[in-house]
Amino acid sequence: MSFAANHPARRDQAKVMNRFDITKRMVTRLKHDEAVIGGIGYTNFDLWAAGQRPQNFYMLGSMGLAVPIALGVALAQPARKVIALEGDGSILMQLGSLATVAARKQQNLAIVIMDNGTYQITGGQPTSTELGADIVAMARGAGIAQSAWAADEGAFEELVELSLREDGPWLIGCRIDKEKPADTTERDPPRIRDQFMRGLGVKR
Amino acid sequence: MDEETPHAWHGIVCDVLKRHQVKLVAYVPDNVLRPLIDAMHADPFFTAFSCAREEEAVGIVSGAWMGGLRGIVLMQTSGFATLPNAIASLAVPFQIPVLMLVSERGTLGEFNIGQSLVARTMRPVLEALAVEHHTMTRLDEVEFIVDRSITQAVATQAPCVFILSPLLTGGKVFAK
Repeated sequence: MSFAANHPARRDQAKVMNRFDITKRMVTRLKHDEAVIGGIGYTNFDLWAAGQRPQNFYMLGSMGLAVPIALGVALAQPARKVIALEGDGSILMQLGSLATVAARKQQNLAIVIMDNGTYQITGGQPTSTELGADIVAMARGAGIAQSAWAADEGAFEELVELSLREDGPWLIGCRIDKEKPADTTERDPPRIRDQFMRGLGVKR
Repeated sequence: MDEETPHAWHGIVCDVLKRHQVKLVAYVPDNVLRPLIDAMHADPFFTAFSCAREEEAVGIVSGAWMGGLRGIVLMQTSGFATLPNAIASLAVPFQIPVLMLVSERGTLGEFNIGQSLVARTMRPVLEALAVEHHTMTRLDEVEFIVDRSITQAVATQAPCVFILSPLLTGGKVFAK
């Protein structure tokens, strides 16, 4: 794929970036009320910390379901771009969802994976990505051809902008460090859901 | 019961779902559900597709609801057994009316011991989570149960489970 020419082919060739920093870089580029589904754990916390938007949905539990929830939003609102923001441990729970996304050819969906090779929130136990599993390669194998590792911060921004501009589905793999998140998501599910539905124009 | 007649259980379910604008169907296949799934694929009103796992289907239908599109999850009893976490941490606390239709195996002539054992977990889980659920055993109650329960699920923002008893569907019979 020509878009991937400037991006590393393998996980171990990608720069280790900071999760909060690149989450902010992503959120800054959301100019058309794009929906973001934040998976659980520190990925979610840093999405919260990067600036709360009514179009953000913050999961609390149901580990692994960020991609399916994002796919549902994308099916309901085909004119809106939807981003699933998920961790490595989480996506490993629900790899089948990558095949479902590919089979649907869901054009308005992008998946961003924050991969630090650990179940960080539970004490830093290694995930299988630290031991050789490559999520971008698995996504390509599932049929998401537009899957790439972000070489560095600049490449990440370029991939995000590409995924917002061009038809998907997309998967952007990000190697990240093990820094603590900048804040903690408020655990109030009905409020989160209500604000999200208003942010999507479903409720007034 | 003739499965080809418009008033078979699956025809009634399709009609009621249409009346309630339930368009999205995310399923993990089941033999008893086959006529329903076939009818949904054949009807352009529905967007129906299979998922790798039942949890995934619950996530998709939850996201669709928040985006303004109503959906339902189809599965069999063994698939329901994979769902307590998704129901307890997504559908119930976020107040999302996820509709679920379960083809009941494990009873009334089950030939697979795994199915008969896992089936016993379904109603205790539903009771523990206080999720509204109805077992449909007769053709003449299908429309009332599905129609009223969808109205209630939406109005009260709560998930609902419809259990298709072998008494209604004939179930899956011992093949050899």
